[in-house]
Amino acid sequence: METILALAVVESDGTLGKPGLEAVTAAQEMARQMGQAALVIGLIGDNPQPAANQLAHCGAARFLAAAGPDFAVARYGTDAAAAEALARAAAATVVVAPGTARVNRFLPGVAHRLQGRADTHVTGLVSVEGKTAVTRWYYRQRMEAVLHRAARPWLIAVDPGCFAPWNGPAGQAALENVPLTVDDQLRRTRVLGVQEPAADAQTIRPEAGLLFVTGAGWTKKQADGQTHVKEAEIIILDFLKHTRASLGSSKSLVDLSGEGQQVLSFLTHLNQIGQTGSTPRHPKGLATCCHGEEPHAVGWRFISERRAVNLDPNCGWARGKADVLYVADAFAVMRKVNELLAAS
Amino acid sequence: MSMTYQIVVCGSLVPDPLQTLEPVSGPAGPMLKNEMMLPAVLDPWASHALYEAAHLAGQFPGSKVWLVSLGPKAKLQQLMTIVAQKAPFELVALDGPASGFADAAETAAALAEAIQAIPGIEAGKLLLFGGWESASRGAGVTLQTVGERLGIRDQFQGVDALTINADGSMRILERIEGGKHQVSCCSGPPALLGWATGNLPEPRNNPQLGMTNMRSIMPALQRARPVKFAGEGVKFHSVALPKQQRETRIAKDLSADEVAREIVDWIKQQ
Repeated sequence: METILALAVVESDGTLGKPGLEAVTAAQEMARQMGQAALVIGLIGDNPQPAANQLAHCGAARFLAAAGPDFAVARYGTDAAAAEALARAAAATVVVAPGTARVNRFLPGVAHRLQGRADTHVTGLVSVEGKTAVTRWYYRQRMEAVLHRAARPWLIAVDPGCFAPWNGPAGQAALENVPLTVDDQLRRTRVLGVQEPAADAQTIRPEAGLLFVTGAGWTKKQADGQTHVKEAEIIILDFLKHTRASLGSSKSLVDLSGEGQQVLSFLTHLNQIGQTGSTPRHPKGLATCCHGEEPHAVGWRFISERRAVNLDPNCGWARGKADVLYVADAFAVMRKVNELLAAS
Repeated sequence: MSMTYQIVVCGSLVPDPLQTLEPVSGPAGPMLKNEMMLPAVLDPWASHALYEAAHLAGQFPGSKVWLVSLGPKAKLQQLMTIVAQKAPFELVALDGPASGFADAAETAAALAEAIQAIPGIEAGKLLLFGGWESASRGAGVTLQTVGERLGIRDQFQGVDALTINADGSMRILERIEGGKHQVSCCSGPPALLGWATGNLPEPRNNPQLGMTNMRSIMPALQRARPVKFAGEGVKFHSVALPKQQRETRIAKDLSADEVAREIVDWIKQQ
């Protein structure tokens, strides 16, 4: 019989965040597909009792924890030790975890310690030939594979946004603390904190309903033969202020700084989407002044509704990939959009 | 504090991102159509790792950079004529598959063995670099597994900056959710850094450096140990390109005002 460990790291208040709850749903789905499978919850954090209580009625046979101040911070040494101990205590044959930056850092290493195999960026579970298989993308979201592993334990990190967060009544869960010794070798790294832009300069918003993608066209010569980069900055920031959208950028626009061209001052590599950038998930996406073919278009692979503003009706970024392509001047359109948003 | 580093960069080739890729079934599982014919580049994130490694080694005299690369020997040779002009390094080549469908654990085992065989490698000086993910498998599994095999318990992923402090400790910025960076301080090597884009531009081609590098690269390619993967325990049921082609409505006769109104209405729809 398979034993599925839903593994998650708790938030600073001890509860489970959305990605963790999504992983619980994925683990339940896997248990359902596998038939006679036991579900165990494994929690890592300073005080995971609130998270255990949150999941009290999720159908888990056991609730295990690696608890204490050493596990409050995102550090490979202690996180990997905790995950390994939880997997061993649960005798897990399958581990399902949320594909957050923290978990993706340690899960593959834990797979090696357990002599298992890891698959990250899993986007779905399907039953094929009576076996549970996972779906994930290869070659930067350009092709999707369905694969199954016989190797155990099988450690799976599911991408955030691919499963509905588990939602059920809270209760009182009996949490078993798994004993774990943390020596100084595991504390060679100290986590000093988080560095983030000032609130008004933060342009990456994973929870936003809209992704606004800017392309290199914003910095090119316009109809009057001049560039208007400062005006582009004002228009874009104004739009972000009105909509609270997340800002993405094509690689070409981010790279312009390295080529000595004038660029949008607030863009960094963190904004980049596509081949060497991120592939964010948002319900809607609006691309402006973006050009290019498949390598760039992968950046909005997981955007549900897509529209684009571009002067080229044959633009590879939009044609066949967007729902609507407006053949228009993005400066004029977005200026007007901002006016309408400000008035509403 | 005077420090020297032994920086080992893991990185292999991937198809040029401008190429059209099509999956096909091969005798050993999925592969790319005309895979051996596709122009290749050094994996983009591994490239950043290599530039950062060379930059770091340049700051600390006596430091050295190795590039450990697993791929078909003929394609590695082609690739190295370009990569050799970018940064000074010594190549350790392994002749095997660079496919995204090759098993990460087996790849890691081969890379770890090759690193352990580098003469004079010392854990106390070792920094293991690579891309935080490849542009082929895109999993972020291989490098961590190599690190585990080498006993490295200080690992960082999505690294954008590394600063060496006066006491030899390392200040590291890692990407986390929401466009933020986690700031950590590691007491020193050995450590593993899976790089995101870092902060350095791509170096210009330097033919003289290329010629110097190629003197050691060609013998390294000749010595490249053949590696074969069993691919056991995994079964690919299908690999396919996304089928959905959207019916794009091309709106080209609307005024800017009309387009703006449509967009605003669309944004406001729940």
